[in-house]
Amino acid sequence: MTDLPLPPTSRHAPVVFGRTIVIALVALAVSAPWLTDANALQLGTQFLCLLTVALMWNLLAGYADILSLGQHMFIGVGAYAFYGLAANLSVMPHIAIPLAGIIALLAALPVVFVVFRLRAAYLAVGTWVVAEVFMLVAGRIPGFGLGTGTSLPLSTAKAMGATALDRAVSIYLLALAVALVAWLGTWMLLRSRHGIALMAIRDNEEAASSLGVNLIRTRLGVFLWTAPFLGMVGAITALQKMRISPTASFGFLDWTVFVIFIVVIGGIGSLEGPLIGTIVYFALRYALSDYGTWYLIVLGGVSVAVMLVEPRGLWALLRRWIGEDVIPVSHRAPKQ
Amino acid sequence: MTASIPVLHLSGLSRRFGGITVLSDLDFEIRKGEILGILGPNGAGKSTLFNLISGVLPPSAGAIIYKGTDITRMKPWDRCQAGIGRTYQIPKPFSHMTVFENTLLAAVHGARLSSAQARTRSMDVLHRTGLAPLAAQTAGTLRLLDLKRLELARALAGDPEVLLLDEIAGGLTEAECHSLVDMVMAIRDEGRTIVWVEHVMTALRRACSRLAVIYGGGILTSGTPAEVLADPQLKAVYLGADDAE
Repeated sequence: MTDLPLPPTSRHAPVVFGRTIVIALVALAVSAPWLTDANALQLGTQFLCLLTVALMWNLLAGYADILSLGQHMFIGVGAYAFYGLAANLSVMPHIAIPLAGIIALLAALPVVFVVFRLRAAYLAVGTWVVAEVFMLVAGRIPGFGLGTGTSLPLSTAKAMGATALDRAVSIYLLALAVALVAWLGTWMLLRSRHGIALMAIRDNEEAASSLGVNLIRTRLGVFLWTAPFLGMVGAITALQKMRISPTASFGFLDWTVFVIFIVVIGGIGSLEGPLIGTIVYFALRYALSDYGTWYLIVLGGVSVAVMLVEPRGLWALLRRWIGEDVIPVSHRAPKQ
Repeated sequence: MTASIPVLHLSGLSRRFGGITVLSDLDFEIRKGEILGILGPNGAGKSTLFNLISGVLPPSAGAIIYKGTDITRMKPWDRCQAGIGRTYQIPKPFSHMTVFENTLLAAVHGARLSSAQARTRSMDVLHRTGLAPLAAQTAGTLRLLDLKRLELARALAGDPEVLLLDEIAGGLTEAECHSLVDMVMAIRDEGRTIVWVEHVMTALRRACSRLAVIYGGGILTSGTPAEVLADPQLKAVYLGADDAE
């Protein structure tokens, strides 16, 4: 009897429950400025930034089979571009953030010509090396604080609000807007003809190419798709910290290592995975904040444990029970 | 009349893997509207030939001419969109996608149909190959025979002019094999050209207008099924020279 498929009603309830949780989380995120204080909003901003970055890395590694270890380069470019626009050219922060995204996209154009000559592990190392080059160059640009970095002018902070709470609310709402656009945009991308190509590449690259999927164009498209979102995250982070520096803005640990942890733990190759992974990461970070380096050791241990139990992450475990995606990207067959 | 027009011309085609030459200076024509059967012992280079024609592998030397155009340097996806479809001997399903999505992908990207047209075409080929009841099932959960049918369904969804079939009859019962041959002949009757690598002789004998035997890197013999199957050289390569005498 256990081999029989569950009746539709049995699987329907967890799906509805899962979707209710997602809607509740979005509602909570939207209403957070009216419910919490400045500290919680700053934490929320970090959460949304990391979620956006995880979503983008998941798209690259989980769907397009691009194992990038250098996405922090676009975050750094976004941060430095934001500083240049807001501090040096006195552009309003609300305008400087999308412009920083565009500049990150422009920076990605020459990068693809270098890194897309490589594949697999070589591409991973290649992206890392290019990111390091970006970081070293950023530390040598006059007017940007050179190797030690520099702070944003007070006028930039004041443009975001008169009080600390006003500023926290403004920056949080910007991070929320970027995260929602990234999420909805990626969902629409995966539902499109390009999305089905990405899912096919994820499952079997050779068969996908033999069935008409242009591997080069699809991969390039995804890589370029992620760059502006990463750039905007960099800009928002610079605005939140009111500071840029080569090591922090191009932080490999913060923006690539932890993001890989998030996606691997949450569930690579799904839209639900990055959300679950970011929640788990922040929960562990909060719980282990007083334990110093044990924090990193536990993160590593949790990663290994999850990969041993289910290499496709916590979402794959849950999905087996639920039976279908909570955030659906599949194409249903017409009814017979 | 159409059967005499070459749709695919392989000219001096060679493929080496390091020091091993699998195909050497292969000259061959595939004619429009025919079902050409390819025979040969394991390791003779049959699947390599398909990989060269479909663009999965580049040739070490030679050229592939498709409908008068040199496609030797064309990427696999461009060849698919130009009308060359294939199946794989070892099925390569998109395991986490449904059966319907597997064929939808080929209809959208291979045949370049609009979303609505692609959905219709996908369901058509699934009905045709008997996979319609499994349309919503995840491809990774299919049994081997259904995976082979999915290979055929996906290739058909791409609307190919030339269809390369790689051992799709293996493991079928006699009745299933008979139905498969009927289907392949019906696909040919739509104006498609079929190249079929197979070890199941009964299927090839019934379906093919021409057979070719690959051995030693080249074409050992070719002709009508009756001519080739009676050729002592065929027995020699399958059974060994002494048994053939």
